[in-house]
Amino acid sequence: MNLGVVLSENRRIQDEELQKFCSRVVKLLQKEELGPDAVDALQRLFLIVSATKYKRKLEKTCVDLLQTTLCAPKCPEQLQLLCTAILRERSPSDDLNLSCDHVQNSRQLSLVASVLLAQGDKKEEVRSVGQRAFRVLESRQPEGPSLRHLLPVVSKVTHLAPHTLHEDQTNLLSKRLVDWLRYASVQQGVPHTSGGFFSAPRARQPGPVTEVDGAVATDFFTVLSTGQHFTEDQWLNVQAFSMLRAWLLHSSPRGPSSPDTDDKSELEGSTLSVLSATSTASHLLPPQERLREKAFEYCQRLIEQSTRRALRKGDSDLQKACLVEAVLLLDVLCRQDPSFLYRTLSCLKALHARLCGDPARVRALLPIAQFFLNHGEAAAVDSEAILQHLFTRIPCELFHSPMLAFEFVCFCRDSLPVFGRNLDILRRSFPNLFKLLAWNSPALTSEFVALLPSLVDSATAVEMLHTLLDLPCLTAALDLQLRNPSCLEASRDPQFQGLLQHLLRATASGTTERLAPLHQLLQPLASLTRVVQCAEAVPTLLQAFFSAVTQFADGALSNQLALLLLERSDSLYQVPQYEAHVHRVLSSQFLVLCARHPSLVVELAKELLEFVGSVSSVHSREAMLTAVVWAVGEYLSVSWDRRCTVEQINRFFEVLEALLFEVTQSRPSATLPKCPPRVITVLMTTLTKLASRSQDLIPRVSLFLSKMRSLAQNPAPSSDRCGEDAGAVCTRAAELLTLLKMPSVAQFVLTPSAEVSEPRYHRDTNTALPLALRTVSRLVEKEAGLLLG
Amino acid sequence: MVYAFLIHTLRAPQAQDMGLCRVLYSCVFGAENSPDDPRPHGAERDRLLRKEQILAVARQVESMCRLQQQASGRTPMDLQPQSSDEPVPLHEAPVGAFRLAAGDPFQEVRTVVWLGVLSLGFALVLDAHENLLLAEGTLRLLVRLLLDHLRLLTPSANLLLRADRIEGILARFLPHGQLLFLNDQFVQGLEKEFSAAWPR
Repeated sequence: MNLGVVLSENRRIQDEELQKFCSRVVKLLQKEELGPDAVDALQRLFLIVSATKYKRKLEKTCVDLLQTTLCAPKCPEQLQLLCTAILRERSPSDDLNLSCDHVQNSRQLSLVASVLLAQGDKKEEVRSVGQRAFRVLESRQPEGPSLRHLLPVVSKVTHLAPHTLHEDQTNLLSKRLVDWLRYASVQQGVPHTSGGFFSAPRARQPGPVTEVDGAVATDFFTVLSTGQHFTEDQWLNVQAFSMLRAWLLHSSPRGPSSPDTDDKSELEGSTLSVLSATSTASHLLPPQERLREKAFEYCQRLIEQSTRRALRKGDSDLQKACLVEAVLLLDVLCRQDPSFLYRTLSCLKALHARLCGDPARVRALLPIAQFFLNHGEAAAVDSEAILQHLFTRIPCELFHSPMLAFEFVCFCRDSLPVFGRNLDILRRSFPNLFKLLAWNSPALTSEFVALLPSLVDSATAVEMLHTLLDLPCLTAALDLQLRNPSCLEASRDPQFQGLLQHLLRATASGTTERLAPLHQLLQPLASLTRVVQCAEAVPTLLQAFFSAVTQFADGALSNQLALLLLERSDSLYQVPQYEAHVHRVLSSQFLVLCARHPSLVVELAKELLEFVGSVSSVHSREAMLTAVVWAVGEYLSVSWDRRCTVEQINRFFEVLEALLFEVTQSRPSATLPKCPPRVITVLMTTLTKLASRSQDLIPRVSLFLSKMRSLAQNPAPSSDRCGEDAGAVCTRAAELLTLLKMPSVAQFVLTPSAEVSEPRYHRDTNTALPLALRTVSRLVEKEAGLLLG
Repeated sequence: MVYAFLIHTLRAPQAQDMGLCRVLYSCVFGAENSPDDPRPHGAERDRLLRKEQILAVARQVESMCRLQQQASGRTPMDLQPQSSDEPVPLHEAPVGAFRLAAGDPFQEVRTVVWLGVLSLGFALVLDAHENLLLAEGTLRLLVRLLLDHLRLLTPSANLLLRADRIEGILARFLPHGQLLFLNDQFVQGLEKEFSAAWPR
């Protein structure tokens, strides 16, 4: 692409050529009149500097000249901005010689600040910029356009290094903010004859400002007040409000959001709050508290102004953003001074009721819910109803909006510490939350991985696992519902309706449904890109689910989950590649469950027997079968569970032997591919293990192994068993046969007791395995039939 | 506040070309605190890190945009208006947000809000817990202004040589990364001022 070529060219400019160019730039900047040549040159220089991530060496004269031009008062804005941009692009930089110490002009300070603040604060640049900004603020200059450039700098400094400001500085700014927020002019500005934007407030007044619906303004000026032209103090009103929340958070003397009173319990009753409902004569309050009072009034005004029907779409969008900001501000105010709580609660309850019926304003419901979670306890208010409405209605209706879905999930994550008693509502709403995930999986998967541990508990684990496995099917169902909203009623098939209703349920039902018929019905949608994207996310989510569940799952739950894995492994929505990936996760998680609760194998012996008895599993569920067979070999023994009987071992032996016989004797064909060698070796190993525990079986298994070995060494011409596979089978068969020659050793090796994992076991010379093996090999060599133990 | 603003290339979802995602413009407001580094080339390394962080964001935006477009069955070229006089229907442009965990790639947790138009991606890197409605609105406004004033309908190398205009727009509408609550009339007024200072 054109752009790529240009970037590469500029990246490859040699140092020599660059130096020549710098000299040209220097010459151009040293002229009396700085014309378009200088602009072009600087634009080119910016491109060269920014095109590469490595530092480009510029001549010192050039850098110095850029710095001086930046600070030159008569220099055109275009050039100043370019110089600033170039210096900023090179930051952090050791050859910068810029300082804000003597800057008087706030516009110049703004430009210098954007370079200095990009240096990384190694030389306390942030502090010096902040101090200089306040110096300018304090100096008694007329309120010209100058302050407009200053506030964003102050805001940035406060954000980066709040501790660098003194108390009298914060008080000063708080006082000024009160003036700008509350006492801005309510008359429209006058257009400048020179074509500029701002005018002095004392000029001829053309009329009052208006509300967004065109009516004359009813109260003080806010960001939702409009007019043809604006005055300087109205501009400062906008900036002041824009930085207000951050300022309140960072300028609070006791830290960002600590309440002023340490003891919240005093305010639980409403007695104290009633006292503060009548606001104190505010001019008597200290600056911080006065600012909070005015901020409160501003928020209430915004909430009132947001009820008006805006004439322009831009203003309507701004109303929504203002609502959110007002609620966020009220939250901060109540955290810093709980006496605001009484007045805020009634206001927000009314707002919530109004917004519930307004689908366009739904995103504002989230900060309201957040507010009630933060302050509900202190105010003895039941936030349950608000949360119920939020979780049961919103995700169903608006899962398809990427921004809402993202904000909703972030709200869940961020509010986890304050859910308290209401955590149950969150947990029970997981089906609805999963709709957001199913529709927007690329953006939300990592958020849900973080959220899952808090969502799952022993009551919902089984239902949730089913839902996770059916997530791509949910995506398909949502797609169907979106395109055809009446599909639920229109269908004549009651089974389809019932299953679809279950899949699209809003809250945990406590039951599970087998959705196989629905999988088939929705098969045509399985290749939709959105469904495929969701399917790709499921393995990651399953891992997260199991990491969380295995922390608390007891034996009973582990059994339930293990059975679920087996059952669902052949009942999945058929999205390309989905089954293979899910099987991989399910099989490894099955083993994790067994490792944590080895008795599982004995307790579920009947079901496991059924599972391994079906030959079809070999090809359709190879990973699961391998895991189950391996687990049987590992854990079906008295040392793991005393209830294990010889009959059980013999029964499993018979079934597995039959299975191994089937898969090795049957000829591979188009429909039944040849059996993977891994399955064969794991079957052989498990059979050997079982035989070592029920020693009557040893002759049978030895015979079988010999047969396997010879089969592998002399493959039938019709079988296309390749050399490597056959070699693996052969080697394993030989190893197992050798082991079986010494049954007690076999038992020791194949069914080690739990102590084997203790280091002491191996250091103690009387019981150490190496000693045992050395003895055995000597004996085998001498071909003595001595049995140990 | 906004930590960074960037413009980068967006390759079409169906494109098989193995070209790179390129950052065409980026502006960092302030800086993350550099870790204490006694080595002499600390500053260079910090700059290198910063550029790579921005590139990482661009790549992730491109990926998210592509996935979203594929899932909804549309291409960014759908937004091409019939004639070059019509405005680009920005309300239909793909938009989204995602979170970046601490350390990956920025030191602190950050949120990215992005918007894709034609073959360009625009993104705001925000501090955690920002007003996302305001951020989204600001991003749409910036994109509209950039499309109008830089004539980006046919993206060409011109974009790379007009950094001054981008800076001019940012200085007015996102000064030092401050998100502003600007109503329609305010926006109009600022835009008139910008047009007067920067004749096309």
